[in-house]
Amino acid sequence: MKKKENIFQILAQKPWDPSQAKIDDMHEGGTINLSKGKLGLRFIMFVSTIFFCLFIVTYSDRMIYPDWQRMPEPWLLWINTIILFFSSFVFINAQIASKNNKFEKVKNRLLLIGFLALAFLIGQLLVWQQLITNGYYVSANPSNAYFYVFTALHGIHLLGGLVYWNITIKKVWSPNDIEIYKVKYTVELCAIYWHFLLAVWLVLFGLMIFS
Amino acid sequence: MTADSYEDVATGKNDTIPPLEVQPQDLYHAKSFWTRWIFCQDAKVIGVQYAITAVSIGLVAMVLSWLMRIQLAFPELVPFLGPAEYYQFVTMHGMIMVIYLLTALFLGGFGNYLIPLMVGARDMVFPYVNMVSFWVYFLAVLVLVASFFVPGGPTGAGWTLYPPQAITSGTPGGDGLGIVLMLISLSIFVVGFTMGGLNYVITILQARTRGMTLMRMPLTVWGIFTATVLALFAFPALIVSCIMMTLDSLLGTSFFMPAIVEFGEQSDYSGGSPILFQHLFWFFGHPEVYIVALPAFGIVSDLISVHARKNIFGYRMMVWAIVIIGALSFIVWAHHMYVSGMNPWFGFFFATTTLIIAVPTALKVYNWVITLWKGNIRLTIPMLFALAFIVTFVNGGITGLFLGNVIVDVPLSDTYFVVAHFHMVMGIAPVLVVFGAIYHWFPLITGRYLHEGMGKFHFWVTFLGSYLIYFPMHYLGFVGVPRRYYEMYESPFITSSTVSLNQFITIAALVVGLTQLLFLYNIITSAKLGKKAKKNPWEACSLEWQTADVPPTHGNFGKELPVVYRWAYDFSVPGAKEDYIPQNVSPSEVPGAEAEKT
Amino acid sequence: MVISIVVVLVLVAIGVFVAAKYPQRAVSAALALVIIGSVAFHFWTPWWWTEIASNWGGMDDTIILTFWVTGTVFCAVCLFMSYCVWKFRYRKDQKAAYEPENSKLEWGLTIFTTIGVCALLAPGLIVWDKYVDVPEEAMDIEVMGQQWYWNFRLPGEDGVLGLTDSRNINDDNPFGINLDDPNGLDDILIEGDDLHILNNQSVKVNLRSIDVLHDFYIPQFRAKMDMVPGMITYYWFTPIRTGEFEILCAEYCGTSHYAMRGWVSVDEEADYKEWLSEQTTFEEMMASIGKSDLIQLALNFKGEN
Repeated sequence: MKKKENIFQILAQKPWDPSQAKIDDMHEGGTINLSKGKLGLRFIMFVSTIFFCLFIVTYSDRMIYPDWQRMPEPWLLWINTIILFFSSFVFINAQIASKNNKFEKVKNRLLLIGFLALAFLIGQLLVWQQLITNGYYVSANPSNAYFYVFTALHGIHLLGGLVYWNITIKKVWSPNDIEIYKVKYTVELCAIYWHFLLAVWLVLFGLMIFS
Repeated sequence: MTADSYEDVATGKNDTIPPLEVQPQDLYHAKSFWTRWIFCQDAKVIGVQYAITAVSIGLVAMVLSWLMRIQLAFPELVPFLGPAEYYQFVTMHGMIMVIYLLTALFLGGFGNYLIPLMVGARDMVFPYVNMVSFWVYFLAVLVLVASFFVPGGPTGAGWTLYPPQAITSGTPGGDGLGIVLMLISLSIFVVGFTMGGLNYVITILQARTRGMTLMRMPLTVWGIFTATVLALFAFPALIVSCIMMTLDSLLGTSFFMPAIVEFGEQSDYSGGSPILFQHLFWFFGHPEVYIVALPAFGIVSDLISVHARKNIFGYRMMVWAIVIIGALSFIVWAHHMYVSGMNPWFGFFFATTTLIIAVPTALKVYNWVITLWKGNIRLTIPMLFALAFIVTFVNGGITGLFLGNVIVDVPLSDTYFVVAHFHMVMGIAPVLVVFGAIYHWFPLITGRYLHEGMGKFHFWVTFLGSYLIYFPMHYLGFVGVPRRYYEMYESPFITSSTVSLNQFITIAALVVGLTQLLFLYNIITSAKLGKKAKKNPWEACSLEWQTADVPPTHGNFGKELPVVYRWAYDFSVPGAKEDYIPQNVSPSEVPGAEAEKT
Repeated sequence: MVISIVVVLVLVAIGVFVAAKYPQRAVSAALALVIIGSVAFHFWTPWWWTEIASNWGGMDDTIILTFWVTGTVFCAVCLFMSYCVWKFRYRKDQKAAYEPENSKLEWGLTIFTTIGVCALLAPGLIVWDKYVDVPEEAMDIEVMGQQWYWNFRLPGEDGVLGLTDSRNINDDNPFGINLDDPNGLDDILIEGDDLHILNNQSVKVNLRSIDVLHDFYIPQFRAKMDMVPGMITYYWFTPIRTGEFEILCAEYCGTSHYAMRGWVSVDEEADYKEWLSEQTTFEEMMASIGKSDLIQLALNFKGEN
């Protein structure tokens, strides 16, 4: 009974009109054909995207000035990037396993992902340490400042993701008590967020390499 | 009466529709005192928590404003108030009022309480996150208050926190913890409001009851909905600028800091742009004022239509106007920066967009007033506040047209004209709506009326008093008296009559301020001792008045969710016996309806 | 003062008494009185702009136009509202009209408002266009703001202001003038003292700050612009009468923002020349502290490269 209506059509309705009222009476109460969790996740990703875009815009504006000095590229950053790729790959695996109700596999995959995430965060901190010992302080140059800001904010987002990862793990943990529907749902949301963070990292990393 | 299938209903065999087989919301059930009252996940309790916190911190800001006004008019009475303290009060008063009071009250307070009730839901869609969002807001308030007690005191940079002054030693709190705590508090606030905002938006989009289309929602919900969408898009700009300024202050980065010479000493900063901060801040800041104004627009539409017993005129245009104002609010920000030194050619663009946004706003004003035409107006206290809103909002909106026209902004920018403008349009008008809304929904929240005599006194003194404060203040701006001046001290330029006007304004401000204490007293005593109200005492149509119990209990609507059969404004329908038909009354149940409305 | 308070109280008492008898009409009357009072205040107010001393009368004219257009709308809307409150007061046996919308009326009002808005915007933008277009004959001067006083620099005989850099600022060189710029040698420096300018000579005010944001504002000249460290902003104006005018800093700049005052004096030719002859140039100032050889070194260094 639900037609797909775009926002202009919705706002053009006349709710007091009796013929419109007959149609409206059938309305089920939702506007968007998405579960609330998926919709919530989309909003979070959207807000996060605006957040990072603002930094990127100011970065692009700043880097054209003559006092900009490019940072070196520690090879460890590439390793960390690969870790993120691998995480997403494992997550896709986990999503497939959860679709097929193989929850032991899902559990193992999730544990691996948690480990990888920690490895990534430690790796980022090691990169910071390397750069600081070589004198690339955050206040020395705007490109340094942006590097630390990008990596820190991305890392904080990953920490937030780990909180949700924890919720997901709890749902899969006890093999006798699994609410199948809930587990699939949560795993999927967690996976989408992880892929989102990978995309964000690729954009930031790419920006810094190619500037 | 249930239909066998929807086809039966569609062909008119019977016209009541079965309530939606709603997934029973995972309504948690509180088990202890802590989960019932403190860490409660019920949106109504959270709404009241937001409201109490916001009003409490707002009272602090009000007292600060009294001290500021006394310093301006009768400085000999406040010898302890030096320039540093004055600027700290200016900053905290502004920041608290705009963000911690108005935004929190409209979105967190009214939003949480009214949205689920008005759309026919049992609670918000993410109750746990909603509960956490309040405590995050509370933490933000605590951090802000903590900044009063650190060495150097709170920041005195003005609520706009412009660098370089915000983080240099010439400004109170600039080279200490004051500014840092403010920035941290704002960042925490943004995180909390993103959590809350998610709830408001998704509940409105997805959790409405059967029959409640978007266009059958009351304008209160549209106002809060659009404001929340604005908040989700605009707050990132605030948190970005806070992060950058915190780094500039604590770690010596130069996002906003150019090379400066501070009292004879060269700084280590270089290359930053103070104007970049202004762009980021106002990209947030302008939508922010609409985040405050749009819920007020929505609420006042409902107050007027209920108390004039007439549908809001031009509902569709009102919804369009709210959405268009929301969208346009993102392309007008640099009208706060006409004299900032930005590229002057931007002035042409932003003056045009700013004056364009006046058109949908004016439309809303016309529609409110036309709603009164041929109405059946009950001069209840909520209606009085709605009328006062129109007067003050038109006044404040019009002075905005002065300032939006770039060349007129040149002599008037940074004078008392601006102060009068934003107080009138953001301080007085929406706050009058808050008062009207409290008088209106108090019988729902407590089951009792607020005391009428005190209410009328409160109304007249507040309306006339505030008008007397801010209307003449515009003329100080014409004289050229600058804002953010600790003292005026008489000079050939600032004459004794200017000083007299300042004194008059201060006395009016103190009178109005004290009257608010009377209002608080009214709220506290009427909650227990007020005259009892029957259910739906104002005879309104929207769903919040159709709850099973008054005050509404957990779950809002009892065993069955309401089903909606009409829009929110069926007042004085021709042919119906009563002058209102609630939204959940089906056509066949309308008493005295011989024929459907023509 | 006491008499006016007594009068006000008496009026209020009368008002309350009448209001008690005819509540609905009293509200309507009160609303109308607010509007009428506002209009009356506007026409009789002793607080109005100071007499203009520059060519920017266009700003004042735009303001007057805005008052007429918006004032009409304000009065019309609010008096109409007051009338509705009077005429359509609640009667139990009556019902309101049922009119969900009237597209024609709403579109009409939209168009009417748009025309009004254009009527304000067009003249305003024309004047703004003049504001951002500095005329050829404008004389350059520089205002350098710092916490919390004003400094000025005139271009001197060669009519060109020397280049500066805030990194050059020290006790010997408070203006940070580049030592290797020959144009800067004859710049006239005024530190913390009054500025004099010539009547009827248009002036381009180059604005510079060395620490925080400031704003160089003289109400009688109407024009203003923020001074931003790290860049040079500007505005221009032409003084049209002589006099002494107070400078007020118009961008919050720290604890003594309110005390950052100064004076600009608009002189006729003779007085201006006299004042000018009393001022010191950069070169003279450096000589007086015995640092002339620094300048010579810098010029030589530049010459060699």
